[in-house]
Amino acid sequence: MANVTLRNVRKTYPGGFEAIKGVDVDVGDGQFCVLVGPSGCGKSTLLRMVAGLETITGGEIDIGGRIVNQIEPADRDIAMVFQNYALYPHMSVFNNMAYGLRNRGMKEDEVKSRVDEAARVLELTSMLERKPRQLSGGQRQRVAMGRAIVRQPKVFLFDEPLSNLDAKLRIAMRVEIRKLQRRLNTTSIYVTHDQLEAMTLADILVVMNGGQVEQVGNPLAIYEKPATTFVASFIGAPPMNLMSTRPDEIKSQLGTSAGEAILGIRPEDFVITDQTPAGGVALPLTVEAIERVGAETFIYGSREQEEQRIAATPGELPPGEIIVRIPGTEAPAIGAKIRVAAVRAKLHLFSADGRTRIEA
Amino acid sequence: MQKQAIFQSKLLPYALVAPQLAIVLIFFYWPALQAVIQSFLLQDAFGLSTTFVWFDNYIELLKDRAYFKAIVRTFFFSFAIAVSSLSFALLLAVMADKPLRGSMLYRTLLIWPYAVAPPVVGVLWIFMLHPSLGIIARYLRAMGVDWNPLLDGDQAATLIILAAAWKQISYNFLFFLAGLQSIPRSVLEAAAIDGARPMRRFWTVTFPLLSPTIFFLLVVNIVYAFFDTFGIIDTMTRGGPGTSTVTLVYKVYSDGLLGGNLGSSAAQSVILMIMVIVLTGIQFRFVERKVTY
Repeated sequence: MANVTLRNVRKTYPGGFEAIKGVDVDVGDGQFCVLVGPSGCGKSTLLRMVAGLETITGGEIDIGGRIVNQIEPADRDIAMVFQNYALYPHMSVFNNMAYGLRNRGMKEDEVKSRVDEAARVLELTSMLERKPRQLSGGQRQRVAMGRAIVRQPKVFLFDEPLSNLDAKLRIAMRVEIRKLQRRLNTTSIYVTHDQLEAMTLADILVVMNGGQVEQVGNPLAIYEKPATTFVASFIGAPPMNLMSTRPDEIKSQLGTSAGEAILGIRPEDFVITDQTPAGGVALPLTVEAIERVGAETFIYGSREQEEQRIAATPGELPPGEIIVRIPGTEAPAIGAKIRVAAVRAKLHLFSADGRTRIEA
Repeated sequence: MQKQAIFQSKLLPYALVAPQLAIVLIFFYWPALQAVIQSFLLQDAFGLSTTFVWFDNYIELLKDRAYFKAIVRTFFFSFAIAVSSLSFALLLAVMADKPLRGSMLYRTLLIWPYAVAPPVVGVLWIFMLHPSLGIIARYLRAMGVDWNPLLDGDQAATLIILAAAWKQISYNFLFFLAGLQSIPRSVLEAAAIDGARPMRRFWTVTFPLLSPTIFFLLVVNIVYAFFDTFGIIDTMTRGGPGTSTVTLVYKVYSDGLLGGNLGSSAAQSVILMIMVIVLTGIQFRFVERKVTY
């Protein structure tokens, strides 16, 4: 049971590259913290710094009230689940789980009872004598989990543990991990690039970009009030539509005096209507593509004005496209001219550089 | 499975392997056959008459105490060379595997001795350790060691083992380094988090994962110590003092070419041949299994 606190944590490589540029995060006891961001944002590096596998070049990491900067990984009382599982290939499943306990000089009957208990929880009892190469991906994943839980550490660290599994298994394991963490009530830090995994698992979500924290908070709060255009486009799929407020049409509708700003509207907050809600925004669109996924339909439309869509993540969408998400399968024909509108409460405004949110 | 190449003509594939086949036949099978035939023959002292004696040469050999001693000596040499060379190479590889500045330079330098021919290795070491010329020998004597491998059989043996092991370190080093680099970093990191200190980590994770490499190298080193040390022995000690550094291979040479006993020499080479076949057979069986842990 422990808090994990990161205070102005920095990592500068000998070549001068700054991988982590001052991160402050506070994970409460028993909380599940998810670090999410695109690849190369420094989330894995940060996790490895908490584990002690990377040196800390600035700031402090505090686990359970103890500054661990100079402490060896073995002595930080953490357990880590790796992306490629990192099981010991020459040891049986039992020995894989027992290794950490034996290294700490635990008595053999205690080792056995702990491993057996973990195996029971993870449904690995019938596989204890097998070698890792005789297991499927999902089973290996569970052994890696088992190796972490038998130690009963203060903190669990997960480094993209599900990314090597197929989609179906990933969802099942995601639920398993959350259930297990709730039951054990162990503070956890989980790294992923999958925003859906991040949203569903997190008590606290930390959105990272370029070695910095973009936003920290409850996942739904972040979803509802993204602090920057980066967060707005990273959290939520399909991403939030971002457009410049320069066109007079929108400006007059909003009645804003914000000057140049970026307007964001989530695809699901649009409705197809001819009316313009008071204080809201209406956009004329030409339907360019339709994607029906069953429960909902995505409409890709282009604005009539030559206005570029602001892509927070470059190259993610072609410019000028607006995504509208509507329930069901009823959709206008391709090439049809439609009008979509969003109410005032569903509009997000950001400063022109995208770095700050403007509360109207 | 690899796709089988299809040849238009039936002759072409044979023509393509013919040069290699010719080399193998002329330089390996033909001499081997000669040795087998020779081993059944007995020549008189002047080489004027030859008699077919069946297995007499072999029987004589097995009764010969000197031959038995040479077998024991060869096994001891092989064991000493393999163990010292392997352990030292592993130590170097573990150190070179660490992210060090200029590690590419160390690695390249460590590979050099492999390019040196065995007789040159022998000359090199004798220059350093020759009782009257060698620079190291001078220091040894200054420290009070009665160093004279030209007279002392044990010292001569040490010298051979040292030189032979030194030459083989490069080869072993290369394989160990490759083996170490194929161990996923995350497995070692997991072990570190699991509370294993560096030494324990090495013996419980790294070493077992290297075991296929170690086994492979062990066989290669034994074969090396059996046969390729001939050049080193010939330049350094010529089997002496006395017969204290005569190994099986050297005995084939000294009994046959120097002693003129071609029948016995041939029988010895046939026995050696059988040993190599057995060793290679063992190696293939294990290599085919690939994973031995």
